[in-house]
Amino acid sequence: MKLSLGKWLLPLYVALALVFLVTPIVYVIIYSFNNSRRNNSIWNGWTLENWLGVCDAQGICEAFGTSIAVGLVATVIATVLGTLLAIALGRYRFRGRSTTSLLLFLPLATPEVVLGAGLAAQFLAVGVPKGFWTIVIVHALFCLSFVVVTVKARVASLDPSLEEAGRDLYGSAKQVFWRITLPLLLPGIIAAALLSFALSFDDFIITKFNAGQVTTFPLWIYTKKTPPAEANVIASAIFILAIVAVVIAQLAAAARRKRLGITR
Amino acid sequence: MAFAAFGGGGAAAVAEPAPLKKSWIAIGLLAPGLAYLALFFLAPLVSLLLTSLQIAPEGAGKGEYIQAFNWANYVVAIESYWPHILRSFTYAIIATLAALVIGYPVAYFIGVTARKWPMIQALTLTLVIAPFFISFLLRTLAWKQILGENNWIAQSLHGLGWLPADQTIVGTPFSVVFGLTYNFLPFMVLPIYASLERLDRRYLEAGSDLYAPPATTFWKVTLPLSLPGVVSGTLLTFIPAAGDYINASQIYLGSPQTAMVGNVIDRTFLESQQYPIAAALSALLMGIVLVIVAIYVRRAGTEELL
Repeated sequence: MKLSLGKWLLPLYVALALVFLVTPIVYVIIYSFNNSRRNNSIWNGWTLENWLGVCDAQGICEAFGTSIAVGLVATVIATVLGTLLAIALGRYRFRGRSTTSLLLFLPLATPEVVLGAGLAAQFLAVGVPKGFWTIVIVHALFCLSFVVVTVKARVASLDPSLEEAGRDLYGSAKQVFWRITLPLLLPGIIAAALLSFALSFDDFIITKFNAGQVTTFPLWIYTKKTPPAEANVIASAIFILAIVAVVIAQLAAAARRKRLGITR
Repeated sequence: MAFAAFGGGGAAAVAEPAPLKKSWIAIGLLAPGLAYLALFFLAPLVSLLLTSLQIAPEGAGKGEYIQAFNWANYVVAIESYWPHILRSFTYAIIATLAALVIGYPVAYFIGVTARKWPMIQALTLTLVIAPFFISFLLRTLAWKQILGENNWIAQSLHGLGWLPADQTIVGTPFSVVFGLTYNFLPFMVLPIYASLERLDRRYLEAGSDLYAPPATTFWKVTLPLSLPGVVSGTLLTFIPAAGDYINASQIYLGSPQTAMVGNVIDRTFLESQQYPIAAALSALLMGIVLVIVAIYVRRAGTEELL
């Protein structure tokens, strides 16, 4: 068998790129087991203590709780508003439709630091004290455009004849929406909500400008110049949960394709 | 459609929606979201512009300003911080190009080569999005440790004499660009993958049937068809990279000599409370980004994007 260089070059290149992508993740996870007393930048042997006493690091679990709370509220706001916008853009033709699209595109084209400084300037001008709710407001804002992009793709791929069939069977507009349109859009809406939560949970720059005295998990990490291993524990736990969820979703999708006899 | 710029689509033209049903339903669907955007996106941009024109009255304390039309703030901002602005865009452009060089083959592999093996396709795609699931700050700090002086990479470079003894990897323009490339690489791969995944293999077969060498098929068929993905990928990498200041900050991969415009905005707004200067720099950053995006999108021949 001839071993051609061309055939192996691409897989090799991709393998190297994937190693590059994964290296710091592996590093973060390994250092969550570091038996570090003070400084988690130097390896000092394995331990489970960091995992067993995550909340021992001052303020870390409060910050984690704040991030979860902010993420949940911001996700609900962004998902509801974004889904409504996506349905309107995907299903209706109205005056100002392209202006609306442009308006939704702009936050994506705005660097985070500008969004953060803009809102901070606004809160300052109006005299709103920064805190939990200002963080929620900014997070929902930058998640909104991502929700619209994700859900709109789903609206576009929806077969209108399914809704027509519902109406032909004397379904009221309400019934058609709740029993046909919404269930069909649900995978897109769930994906958008998960994306929102992930974006909100990890956001640093916009949050820093609008947090005031409140500390989210990324802000907590930032205040410790060399974060203790407990930060790695929380990040690793979330990472492992997310990867497990992705793998389950992929296996479920594969099983569903198999059951329906779809071959790609 | 504005969103096409970020959707990475292209292959299939999206049909315009059917002529409207009841327009008051559309208004009802739009009103809450548009109100939110007006209040928390448009109004803040106006606030930012107003703030950038403010002036400190006689004898004012720290952070006290009154409204004026003091355009001189922009002159001061540019004169004091033009190296930071220039650095931001230089770093962002290099990082975007590096991410394209690293990311395109990966996207091609997942979207075209690995089609025969769904398991490998799923696995590589999961690995590409994996960095999204771990803290941005911690993964950047991880690179700081990996490239740091205590680690074998820096030590062997010193040993080989490729890195002078008084120099480090961390804290240089290289490490900042390296961090930017790493952190925004998934944003490059995903849209390119999305447009390559829809690429019809028969086009490639047609190319080889017509005796085109693989390289010609790539340049004349594959690349043009994946162009929408390349446009969205480069924008999704360039915009956050230009505004980022984590990678460039001193406690992460940078040093005072690598400070980008984001670092200056952070410091002038949150620490020294020179709000007008911070706002003027933000307005400049956004203006330059928008101009670059508009020119780029036009040059890429996808005018429908904006």
